[in-house]
Amino acid sequence: MAGGMAAFGVTMARAGKRFLSSLPVLLGVLVFTFLLMRVLPGDPAVFFASGPNAGKEEIEVIRKQMGLDKPVPEQLMLYLYDVGRGNLGRSMTTGQPVTTDLRARLPASLELTFAALLIALVSAVPLGVLAALRPGSIIDHGVRLFCALGVCVPTFVSGLLLIYVFYYLLGVAPDPTGRVDIFASLPPSRTGFLLIDFLLAGDIDGWWAAFRQLILPALSMALFVIAPLARITRASMLVSLGSDFIRTARSVGLPWWRVVVTYALRNAILPVITITGIVFSTMLGANVLVEKVFSWPGVASYALDALLSSDYAPVQGFVLLMASVFVIVNLVVDVLYGIADPRVTVG
Amino acid sequence: MTSATLRHAGWILRGNPLTAVAAAGVVLLALVGIFGPWIAPYDPIVSNVSQALSPPSAAHIAGTDQLGRDVFSRLIVATRLDLAIAVSAVGISFALGAVIGAICGYAGGRLDRAVGRFVDVLMAFPLFVLAMAMVAALGNRVENIVIATAIINLPFYIRFARAEVNVRRNLGWVEAARACGDSHISVVLRFLLPNVLPAMAVQMSLNLGWAILNAAGLSFIGLGVKPPTPEWGIMVAEGARFISTGKWWLVAFPGLALMLAVLCFNLLGDGIRDILDPRMRT
Repeated sequence: MAGGMAAFGVTMARAGKRFLSSLPVLLGVLVFTFLLMRVLPGDPAVFFASGPNAGKEEIEVIRKQMGLDKPVPEQLMLYLYDVGRGNLGRSMTTGQPVTTDLRARLPASLELTFAALLIALVSAVPLGVLAALRPGSIIDHGVRLFCALGVCVPTFVSGLLLIYVFYYLLGVAPDPTGRVDIFASLPPSRTGFLLIDFLLAGDIDGWWAAFRQLILPALSMALFVIAPLARITRASMLVSLGSDFIRTARSVGLPWWRVVVTYALRNAILPVITITGIVFSTMLGANVLVEKVFSWPGVASYALDALLSSDYAPVQGFVLLMASVFVIVNLVVDVLYGIADPRVTVG
Repeated sequence: MTSATLRHAGWILRGNPLTAVAAAGVVLLALVGIFGPWIAPYDPIVSNVSQALSPPSAAHIAGTDQLGRDVFSRLIVATRLDLAIAVSAVGISFALGAVIGAICGYAGGRLDRAVGRFVDVLMAFPLFVLAMAMVAALGNRVENIVIATAIINLPFYIRFARAEVNVRRNLGWVEAARACGDSHISVVLRFLLPNVLPAMAVQMSLNLGWAILNAAGLSFIGLGVKPPTPEWGIMVAEGARFISTGKWWLVAFPGLALMLAVLCFNLLGDGIRDILDPRMRT
């Protein structure tokens, strides 16, 4: 037990150290995002004045309001100060502070991404294991074919084809827009994750409706990332299954599932965790495409709408948010790494 | 290439006919890209509303879109733009990345650390999100899709070239070249880079498929390419409006074109890797 506590302490210390070392990168991300958005073409002040014929004075007033009249280094300092206080500016299209908008919409995006990651993991890991158990068999070739094709189909195409099959042809999927039916009553918002909120409210019908809305977008996002996950599981299981301790475990007559799951998979899981981190970054990007296809009310579709109407504060906020989420995910991956392989923490 | 390498390549291709098929596919794509406008049976831009939204038939093998334009002709003509975006983006990041990476790996020190930090910052963004923000910042034009795709690829090339040069910088033949009076620039360009390029070629082929998907994704969300220009991503975006009413051909055929193009480049990349580096063979 004491050993467990010590290991936990080491893991936490490692996470803390890792977090500190990611701070310079976060600062770099802030500066880069600021510079990127500063070179935006067109003058946002002109855009948000009452129209193309707005007077010079009116534009000057807006420019002052937005702080665009100050020198760039001072603007950067002001920007860093604002971000530090959680102020990401105001969206010109919704009229709300960007932080408020992002907070309201982030759960929708995260629920979609986590559901997709769950689907991807529970299908990719068994597929990879099955393929590795019988290399060269029909299953193995099938998995490899699926992997080769999976990375070639764009997320937005598979999403649309899923809509065609399950909504238009079979009629089993609901209208592919949004998280819930417009006439449905929402549960009291506790976590923002609809599936959890419906469960907490004890509303099984609502849960089922939300689940039916979620499944197609999550599936189309998952399809794209099953391939790299299954491929790495297969490769790393092949190595693990060929090692001496597996032969020993088999020779002493342990049940095969115990050999495969407890010994082989446990030792093969490290590369899978690493790839999961990379895959998560892909999924944050794919969110933009999937949210557009399914009119999902998440942060990506919010940023996209803002981007297409040259409203740059939400885009800036979104890019920052995604980079921060990615930094956190990398941190979690690192901690999981330490838990899965205690040797990592010693070195 | 020596004859031994060619023989080796021939041996690999016989054992792996998929690579030969993929190579043929890439050549076919290039030909369609070059001669597309002359092969296409119909004009890709002129609309013919009386024929709008007709499903695949003998006259229009991939059907027609909401303006009655032949989907098959638009797919053929779009090949050039899609390939051009991907090839130029990957070409830019390859050229820049190889040179920057090689210089950093050779020089080391402060420059190396500064570039390393910059690469870390780029890698901290989800790449598609970064590309999207860059197109927004630089302006919503096709050239900027190329630039954005090139920049998000840059870190991989820089890291790769840097690592490869770094392990070779203190080898005997590098010192020999220096001793013979070659300048640092000449050592990097004439001796180190040529050693790194073959391995980077594999990266390029695998990258091309990815760049095609990336560019198509950007134009799907309304960045870069503008209608009525035929482009695979934007064709899917236009077809998306009709998918819930069952007009599958507007999405399926551009999707198929994207998939086949990416598949060819990926398989070719795997094949080239097998030829160049037998240890990586799968």
